[in-house]
Amino acid sequence: MNKIGLIIGREYFTRVKKKSFLLTTILVPLVILGFYVAIIAIAVKGGSDKQLIGIVDEGGIFSDSSIVVPGSTTSFKLIKNETENSFIPKYKSAGYSAFIYVPKIALDAPSGIVLHSTASASMSTLKTVRMLVNGAVQNKRLVAGGIDPVKFRAISAQVNVENTIDTNDGSKKGNTGVAYGFSLACGMLIYLMMIIYGTQVMRGVTEEKTNRIAEVVISSVKPFELMMGKIIGIGAVGLTQFAIWILLATAGTQLVPLLIPAAAGQGSMLTTFFQGLASLPLLKSGFYFLFYFLGGYLTYASLFAAVGSVVSEDQQEAQQLMFPILMPIILGFVIMMQAINEPNSSLAVFGSLFPLTSPIVMMGRITSEIPLWQVAASMLLLVGCFLFLTWITGKIYRTGILMYGKKPSWKEMLKWAFRKS
Amino acid sequence: MNLLEVKNVQKYFATQKAVDDISFTIEKGSIFGLLGPNGAGKTTLLRMITGIFYQDSGDITFQGKPFRALEDAANIGYMPEERGLYKKMKIGEQAIYLARLKGLSKTEATERVKEWFARFEMQSWWNKKVEDLSKGMSQKLQFVTTVLHKPSLIILDEPFSGLDPVNANLIKDEIFKLAKNGSTIIFSTHRMEQVEEICDHIILLNKGKKILDGTIRSVKQEFKDNVYQVGVSTRPEDLATYLFDVVEHQPDQLLIKLAHDSTPNDVLSYFIGKNIPITSFNEVMPSLNDIFIKLVEGTQAARQFQKI
Repeated sequence: MNKIGLIIGREYFTRVKKKSFLLTTILVPLVILGFYVAIIAIAVKGGSDKQLIGIVDEGGIFSDSSIVVPGSTTSFKLIKNETENSFIPKYKSAGYSAFIYVPKIALDAPSGIVLHSTASASMSTLKTVRMLVNGAVQNKRLVAGGIDPVKFRAISAQVNVENTIDTNDGSKKGNTGVAYGFSLACGMLIYLMMIIYGTQVMRGVTEEKTNRIAEVVISSVKPFELMMGKIIGIGAVGLTQFAIWILLATAGTQLVPLLIPAAAGQGSMLTTFFQGLASLPLLKSGFYFLFYFLGGYLTYASLFAAVGSVVSEDQQEAQQLMFPILMPIILGFVIMMQAINEPNSSLAVFGSLFPLTSPIVMMGRITSEIPLWQVAASMLLLVGCFLFLTWITGKIYRTGILMYGKKPSWKEMLKWAFRKS
Repeated sequence: MNLLEVKNVQKYFATQKAVDDISFTIEKGSIFGLLGPNGAGKTTLLRMITGIFYQDSGDITFQGKPFRALEDAANIGYMPEERGLYKKMKIGEQAIYLARLKGLSKTEATERVKEWFARFEMQSWWNKKVEDLSKGMSQKLQFVTTVLHKPSLIILDEPFSGLDPVNANLIKDEIFKLAKNGSTIIFSTHRMEQVEEICDHIILLNKGKKILDGTIRSVKQEFKDNVYQVGVSTRPEDLATYLFDVVEHQPDQLLIKLAHDSTPNDVLSYFIGKNIPITSFNEVMPSLNDIFIKLVEGTQAARQFQKI
């Protein structure tokens, strides 16, 4: 046991001390954070891109001579005494970035309304224009139908329904968007970490094999200890990375309101986000995340270790053997995307019970209420699967790590796996 | 007392009888040569002695008790033929790590590594990585990591390959010193001149079987051809006799092969009787190289795959 500690220590410290570890752990989230700060800053500041759009209204749907759309920097001006063709060569020099041409239209089937611009109009401009034209046509229709447009707006004003989550410690304001994002982020993180750290285990094993260091180490420790030492050591690196990220994220949430005071006001995007986050069962989710990360990582790491032990330097061989391992991981990711929308669908339930996909799929259901028996069954299955696979892969590893030359066939590997020791 | 006894050990792989019923004993403090052509089963045998493989049948006794890989690991140092070190790990750290895997405490390991690095003038390597070392340098490092924990059995698989004569001598001297201090050394190679120089006792493997076992002297006795070298001051003519055949005739010396029932004394009295002045008279012993080739030649050079 003392020796497995030594191996874990070596695997852990050689990785954590590397510059690339610091770089990916600290710099990457900082870059992402900076990116978000920039986005929020821009969003708060609003678009500064002012533009003037002309309207040539032969259909007579507009009545005001100049129109301002609230929340938009685009303003509109009605052009008199011009036709579509006569205005095309002039609008640019007259200071208009574009103009709307409205022909004579039938109110029940309007067609032929065009936005003329010198370059392709932006999405937001087009959206504003469509809103404006639709509003005007609707007004005309209302008047034609004998309904007062002002009254109509009052009647059709939207009613908001908010989601309140009732838990034992009181009710909280829910936010489906944040819950969705949280699930997705957790699932994505587990997916990425399983692949990244799994590949690291595989590389480490192959390195030990091709450097022949395995032979020296295995003359002092059991092959299984060497394999588990590596897996645990690298897993610890992953946990360290999470710890640093959580620290950075906490610091970040404290820092953003300081950097951009405007973003922290009541009803702003950020405040809504934090309210949404606070409404989630964070402690429970944190526990699930940790459990499924460790369970998933350990299950797949032993598979990756077995692959690493049977290949030689040839990277192509490794790619081929990795493929069947990556398949269920990717499948898990696909099912998770489904599970976020339909947390209790039969596919989501299956995916969160099946141990090769459950670490990822469960993240998709993390913010919804999961029946206790499903959680218990899923966790038991995952632990069982981990123990079984480690037992099997340990045997493949033990043989593979000392074999050189040709890559063994699947049949041979199965024979190693189920051979009595 | 025997440090290691190997009795009827067998190890079969899917297509090879890698080690087929081999027995031998190694005396404590001796330098034991394990010889054999490529693919004879040397590495497989060594892997069983180091506990990497477990034999299919047969017994290995180490220090008077049945060999138990994990408990006895601390008493064995193994330097495999294909050198194994972490390329990206710092050299000092690596040596300490490998010593601690053998059960040394951290302070003890550090102390010993420093001591050995000083002896081999490797102190400046401490913070370098293995990938910065030349082949010969990493060889020296590997040797140091093999003997750091003062094992009672040191197994060296081709320890001199890639070393220049100066460094080879340095390691050779250390091997002698270790043996003198009570360590037992198994030395596996196919470089016969090194074996003659270093080993006390040898066994020769071929195709998984032991085909020769004995001290160097006894092996040479067994395979000698009764050839003598006679130094003469004048070139003798007409040496027709039933006592011996002349194998080679040079101006000042003869190489003669004695007939089956004649002795060196018969030959000497023959020369004296002929009044031929003799300056020297030596028995010519076969070199291990000759014996090796004689024994292994004629069998197929490449080992064939076989059905078990």
